[in-house]
Amino acid sequence: MKSLAELAAIKAKMQDKVVLREGSGQIRVVVGMATCGIAAGARPVLNEFVQDVASEGLSDKVTVTQTGCIGICQYEPVVEVFEAGKEKVTYVKMTAEKAKEIVEKHLKGGNVVDAYTITAAQK
Amino acid sequence: MKELSLNILDIAMNSVRAGATKVEIRLTETDETLTIAIADDGCGMSPEFLANVLDPFSTTRTTRKVGLGLPLLKMEAEQTGGTVTIESREAKTHPDDHGTVTTAVFYKNNIDFTPLGDVVSSVVTLIQGSPGLRWIYVHETPSGAVDVDTDEMRAVLGDDARMDDPDILAWLDGYLRENYAEISYPLD
Repeated sequence: MKSLAELAAIKAKMQDKVVLREGSGQIRVVVGMATCGIAAGARPVLNEFVQDVASEGLSDKVTVTQTGCIGICQYEPVVEVFEAGKEKVTYVKMTAEKAKEIVEKHLKGGNVVDAYTITAAQK
Repeated sequence: MKELSLNILDIAMNSVRAGATKVEIRLTETDETLTIAIADDGCGMSPEFLANVLDPFSTTRTTRKVGLGLPLLKMEAEQTGGTVTIESREAKTHPDDHGTVTTAVFYKNNIDFTPLGDVVSSVVTLIQGSPGLRWIYVHETPSGAVDVDTDEMRAVLGDDARMDDPDILAWLDGYLRENYAEISYPLD
């Protein structure tokens, strides 16, 4: 059975990377987590981003945060990607599978996944 | 909502928005009932605000911001024969003892009972979103209890540790899931 004592090992590991995390956040992934987003399935989307950003080693440049309702409830789950010097990208009707693809292609590869954006959804 | 754990996530967000420094989520289960209590030390609500907070069709400006979260919880509890009660003390009138407690009782054997679902994901999501708060989670079931307190985690990790560190979140997820497995409690 897991115990709190295991956290001590994580603490030791964390001390090594504290410096790296300072000044991070060139890319910010924001997941809508109001009632509308949660009901539409935002929780697994958020968790996929958190897990994949960590497992792909992107933690130094990508931060994943939560926000409230941004007013386009019919498109929830909604995810916005902010990157310094670039236009905001709004992904709509998200799923965990789409999140995985966006981490791979957009956050890692630098290419917006046009098919999942609000612009594509409105066509 | 598809799972009550999503309602827990949603209602606890109200505590975050109320400026709470401590949120306690307590689930108490018997063979017949599941009681979900979410208690915070946030700014609280005025008696007038509180009177309308469960009404989805309230059109006054003050309640509009509350939205559908609490009415949904109320509907899901009442459709099993249960109840939702909210107690609140406003910071303005109770400067030393303010906050809100939302309590929902569900009858588990009713056909309209919404399953609890993946409550571990909800707890991890709440801590990820508001890592600076003290989160206390306790789930007592007839077969045993599962609990976690971020202050106890901080006691090991040190006060400067960020609770939204991916390694800590992954550990927490595994810790809770393993403890649920230990008491043979299903999360789906």
